[in-house]
Amino acid sequence: MHVTSPVREPLIQGGKTYADVTEDICRHVEGAPTKEWKIAFGLSLIVLAYGSVCLAWTWWEGLGVWGLNKTVGWAWDITNFVWWVGIGHAGTLISAILLLFRQKWRTSINRAAEAMTIFAVICAASFILMHMGRPWMAYWALPLPNAFGSLWVNFNSPLVWDVFAISTYFSVSLVFWYIGLIPDLATIRDRATSKISKLMYGTFAMGWDGSAKTWARYEYISLILAGLSTPLVLSVHTIVSMDFATSVIPGWHTTIFPPYFVAGAIFSGFAMVQNLMLITRVVYKLEDYITLEHIETMNKVITLTGSVVGVAYITEFFIAWYSGVEYEYYAFFNRMTGPYWWAYWAMMTCNVISPQLFWSRKLRRSITFTFFISVVVNIGMWFERFVIIVTSLHRDYIPSSWAMFSPTRYDIGDYIFSFGLFFTLFLLFSKYLPVVNMAEVKAVIRSTSANLPTKIAGVAKVRQRGTAEPAFDKDKE
Amino acid sequence: MENTNKRYWRGLEELRNDEKFVKEARSEFSDGPTEGQYESLVDGAGTHRRDFLKVLGFGMAAVSLAACEAPVKKAIPYVNKPEGEFPTIANWYASTYAEGGDYASILVKTREGRPVKIEGNSLSKTSFGVSARAHASLLGLYDNEKLKGPKKGSDTKVTWDVVDKEIVDQLTKIAAQGGAIRILSSTILSPSTKSVIADFTTKYPTTSHVMYDANSSSAIVKGNELSFGKAVFPTYDFSKAKVIVGIDADFLGTWVSPDTFSAQFAETRRVSSDKEGKKEMSRHYQFESILSVTGSNADYRTAVKPSQLGLVAAALYNKVAAKLGGSPISAAAIDVPNLDKAATELVAAKGQSLVVSGINDASVQVVVNALNSLLGSYGATINLDKPANYRQGNDVAMNSLVDEVKGGKVAALLLFGANPVYDHPRGAELAAALPQVSLSVSFNDRADETSSLLKYICPAPHYLESWGDAEPVAGSYSLIQPAISQIFSTRQAQASLLKWAGLASDYHEYIKAYWRKNVYTQGGTGDFEKFWIKSLHDGVYDAPSTTAASGATFSGNLSAAASGIAKKYKASSTGIELTLFENIGLGNGFHANNPWLQELPEPITKACWDNHACISQKTAAELGFEQGDVVKVDIKGKAVEVPVIIQPGLANGTVAIAIGFGREKAGKSANGVGKNVYPLAAFADGYLTFAPGEATVSKTGETREIAQTQTHNTVMNRKSVLQETVLAHFQKDPMAGRFVPKIPTSDGVVDATDLSLWNGHKYKNHSWGMVIDLNTCFGCGSCVISCQAENNIPVVGRQEVINSREMHWLRIDRYYSSDADVEDLRGLEIASENPEVTFQPMLCQHCNNAPCETVCPVLATTHSSEGLNQMTYNRCVGTRYCANNCPYKVRRFNWFKYFDNDNFDYHFNNDLGKMVINPDVTVRSRGVIEKCSMCVHRIQDAKLTAKKERRRIVDGEVNVACASSCPTNAITFGDMNDPESRISKLLEVEKEGRAFHMLEEINVRPQISYLTKVRNKDAASKAPEKKEHA
Repeated sequence: MHVTSPVREPLIQGGKTYADVTEDICRHVEGAPTKEWKIAFGLSLIVLAYGSVCLAWTWWEGLGVWGLNKTVGWAWDITNFVWWVGIGHAGTLISAILLLFRQKWRTSINRAAEAMTIFAVICAASFILMHMGRPWMAYWALPLPNAFGSLWVNFNSPLVWDVFAISTYFSVSLVFWYIGLIPDLATIRDRATSKISKLMYGTFAMGWDGSAKTWARYEYISLILAGLSTPLVLSVHTIVSMDFATSVIPGWHTTIFPPYFVAGAIFSGFAMVQNLMLITRVVYKLEDYITLEHIETMNKVITLTGSVVGVAYITEFFIAWYSGVEYEYYAFFNRMTGPYWWAYWAMMTCNVISPQLFWSRKLRRSITFTFFISVVVNIGMWFERFVIIVTSLHRDYIPSSWAMFSPTRYDIGDYIFSFGLFFTLFLLFSKYLPVVNMAEVKAVIRSTSANLPTKIAGVAKVRQRGTAEPAFDKDKE
Repeated sequence: MENTNKRYWRGLEELRNDEKFVKEARSEFSDGPTEGQYESLVDGAGTHRRDFLKVLGFGMAAVSLAACEAPVKKAIPYVNKPEGEFPTIANWYASTYAEGGDYASILVKTREGRPVKIEGNSLSKTSFGVSARAHASLLGLYDNEKLKGPKKGSDTKVTWDVVDKEIVDQLTKIAAQGGAIRILSSTILSPSTKSVIADFTTKYPTTSHVMYDANSSSAIVKGNELSFGKAVFPTYDFSKAKVIVGIDADFLGTWVSPDTFSAQFAETRRVSSDKEGKKEMSRHYQFESILSVTGSNADYRTAVKPSQLGLVAAALYNKVAAKLGGSPISAAAIDVPNLDKAATELVAAKGQSLVVSGINDASVQVVVNALNSLLGSYGATINLDKPANYRQGNDVAMNSLVDEVKGGKVAALLLFGANPVYDHPRGAELAAALPQVSLSVSFNDRADETSSLLKYICPAPHYLESWGDAEPVAGSYSLIQPAISQIFSTRQAQASLLKWAGLASDYHEYIKAYWRKNVYTQGGTGDFEKFWIKSLHDGVYDAPSTTAASGATFSGNLSAAASGIAKKYKASSTGIELTLFENIGLGNGFHANNPWLQELPEPITKACWDNHACISQKTAAELGFEQGDVVKVDIKGKAVEVPVIIQPGLANGTVAIAIGFGREKAGKSANGVGKNVYPLAAFADGYLTFAPGEATVSKTGETREIAQTQTHNTVMNRKSVLQETVLAHFQKDPMAGRFVPKIPTSDGVVDATDLSLWNGHKYKNHSWGMVIDLNTCFGCGSCVISCQAENNIPVVGRQEVINSREMHWLRIDRYYSSDADVEDLRGLEIASENPEVTFQPMLCQHCNNAPCETVCPVLATTHSSEGLNQMTYNRCVGTRYCANNCPYKVRRFNWFKYFDNDNFDYHFNNDLGKMVINPDVTVRSRGVIEKCSMCVHRIQDAKLTAKKERRRIVDGEVNVACASSCPTNAITFGDMNDPESRISKLLEVEKEGRAFHMLEEINVRPQISYLTKVRNKDAASKAPEKKEHA
């Protein structure tokens, strides 16, 4: 059995029994939607509706409704795409790499983080579609057998690599998330009272019977998927970075991009997980599961990756100067002092300076501060992509073509669309699926729980107080 | 039992119990229909149960038919094929573009009976290339805002017969009463038209003909009359001049006959890196107020305020006279740079020098004539015996005509190709007086500012629908023949005049007769019919020259000229002076309703769709103006409000505004674009002057965005973009000014292009390429319009240009030099006060290692086996990665649907306008990338022709639209695999010389090379720059 060193803080508070865990997590799935959830969901739908109108107009009228021009061919569209893909990195990192490294603290957050990943990738994919001049031809980017003669995709193009990377990442993440959900779905199925719930959860639980054999298979497949997704964590953003790195544009054509992008992705992904979890733990009263310990650990990851990113920024500058390539040098000079200096300095402040504040234990254990910095980090990471894309393009080789980009209401509206989509999906998830992986939390309770009850397989505390008969009481059998 | 139930009737019929009701009451359903009783489905009479399947079937068929893309509308098969007309095969007609003194001998390409492109006529000796305006005149043919028939007052239904009868009646009455009849026109190049007017005058003897030019050279003619007794505009030959001084004469841009002058001037600017090659260039000095195209190509340029330009001529004369023993004139001393140097070199090149001035002031012209006379230019570079007819307008006569009209002395006014209410400074006076004229007729094609005030409009057809002739230069004739039958119910002005004069109104026959009598007799050979057919075929006929150019003895009154100059010019002035100039595309604004021209960026400011107040950097700073501030320019109470453009090189204390804008009744594309500044022009001694004096310039507090296609002005010292040198260095080393990037490797220093991951392409057959000589590209922009016409490039309008989304496949980059240190990246963004200017045509470079090709996910852009970078519009999904990854930024994205879209209400939005579309080139849909194809359809066409004739393509057989339009042949296109082609021979010589690839160090290996710009400046003390990358 895995033993946790006594010097480590316990990961689960409140002396939970298995039944407590089930009860705490399932309560939200089984109960009626709370008022807060309804308000939040309503807001998300409004945002989504507004964004959809903007998006519909963009598609109806053409990409001219954006602020792009002959010089700056990508701006908010690809910024948003990379930003969302980056955010999508935390989930798989948490569930796969941390699984392989046997980091138990991941158990409380991996479910929500993976869900976030999937929704973020959906948002990212929506920008791939959106940025196309003829999105109805998007399937041409897939290597499908076709009736167009010998037409095939261009395997040299990083955009095609992107299609493969994103679709692979999405499918693996989805499968991983779903497999992880199965034991919990079975739990809910077993507890379900309504027919519809029984049918739905039952269907998706795929006949899970909780036998030792099933658990063993579950463990195997988790490991295999973790092994499969681990390279993906690194490869997806590496490939996304190649959208830029394989080009000839100064400021894009950089070998440092893959590691720098991966670090940045994890950085922003963790920040987004922080944002989501800090809200969820309060609203769903999950403070016992997502403890300060979790928050602090994630803050440490943020500081680490933020530092990596910072070093990358500085390295880029050094190389721009050291290489003696005038175009490269100008690109970076222009980032720092050109017309978009504010975006550059916003990026530097948010991404390099702000996470360093977490060296203070007090700050990294402050929930408000963590939330604030996480927002700041995500703003900073958005600016990072904006700086890379727009400030590199707007002044590249030929000075006659230098131009400025400024967003229109449709650039903004289409970004808002992705927020609407993301939060709508996330809220649906948080209502209808268990936001914490019950099965895995139960697996770590024994080794890392504060006030560990002597008998952890007891009846849930609420039930002990006699509020209701539990649907399933192991003690009675 | 009594029935107490209430009775209800189903209707009055039942109550009345009428017979028909009783009969039908039993059968609920009436008898079945008889055969043929129900009508067709489409008559709207309702349907029947049995029709259900029919309706369903029809509906299905209709829906599926409607779902088919692009239903063909109005496709009429050639049941009777017109003779000589083959579908998809172009027919070419030689013709002439002659509008208001602008002249070009042209070939008109027609497809399926409609003109789609204009090209230059290489047989012409007076016309070179095709100007932007001549190219764009094609679109005027398909302008659907023209009148579609005669118009009387507001009545457009009136017939020609009625109009003719009324006009003839009135003319007869007026002539009988001795009332004055005036024909007012712009310059008429056509000798037969003048003959028609003479015939008309014979019939109505009170007729007189007045010509005027909106941008007048009237005083030049006067100056020659005063100097030599010959009231002519001479022909110049720049190609024979070693030293050229231009004083406010934009001879490469807008002055009189810029294409001819450009071609001649280019001859003196072309150099070769060959050991035996030409390494001499003319030296060109320019003294001017605005930064003109000519000034920007000058070796030494001096910015002078308009009020001092006359003194420059006088001072130059005095300096030359002092050296050559001429009598000095009294003139205020003036201290401007380069004057002494110019004088010295003019004298040194005596007999091979030329001084030209565009100032419309007889005194200045007399002094310039005296100067040229001293320098022996007459008979060498100036020919008074072969006058040019481009500007025949007479300012004095025009002014007195305005007075006559105002005084009510004109009984009939016939307006022919002129719009004085718009483009004459006294237009407002004229507009007020015109209603008094009892008979007023316009031959203009639309109810423009003047025509709308006249009683009749008898619209003349477009020149491509007309017969005509022209004599641009004495003894050089050319013919206009229709390339399409008349689109609307129009009639040529000449035919109208002939008809009203009671003569046979067939103008075609008239020209023929005229030529038989007057042109054929000037050395025509063979019988006349053959001569006529040959002239029609060639488009031009040059009468054998009888007299050699001779010198001329100056007999003008210099002291009178000197006092004339002293009166108008002063050595220093502190106020802000206004000067007006002509925009190279729009010209005098007569044809302003042309979206191609409106969107053609002005070569210097790179602005379009507006005119602006151009102000120098220093003056703007003094006045506190910023670019885009709307300022009020007020001169003697006449004011316009226009936005400011900060224009380096403009004389300080000067504000310059372009004419040709601010039309009110020209059509959708022109109305309200910019401000009309003709009213601000003035008259000095009866002659039109575009430098009307000091103006007050004040901020209005508003700002207006400026539509510029280039917003960054300097080249940032990027040697791999622009390579230039001075002549002295070039003479020593043909590689002077070249930037050759080197990379140090473990194997030593190698060329940047030696290191590659690419395998390269093998071109077994052709390898198409281009060489662009920066030394002979003067930036006029004719290639831009030629490309636009050839390749169906949409017009996007002012807002989209502001959004940096113009679609031109070919642009001309214009760079100013900067005084800043090369390390000072901020300083390099600021242009010098009087910058050196370089023009660089920029189009798809057809890279061999094309960055665009690798990144396209769907292989929409690929490499051809002949060196072309091809764009497959159909396959494009519009990711725009190719455009981002293009180091030259030449790819254009269709942000919107630019055809059939009311937001882009230009020629692509109406059926007539769409006739201009070249059927060989796809009209691109929304959401795809497009770019220069190197006119691949032309290449393909030539290849097919060659294949049918079982031979290889001959060099010169195919030319691209930009190259063929260039008056100076700055662009050489051809097959680089053919060792005999011009391009191969040129590259052979220039490979180790001036030829460079742009951005060589990124090793994209373009198919297009540039030749370094060589300025004929004295070498600076520092050694030739040859920066190496290490």
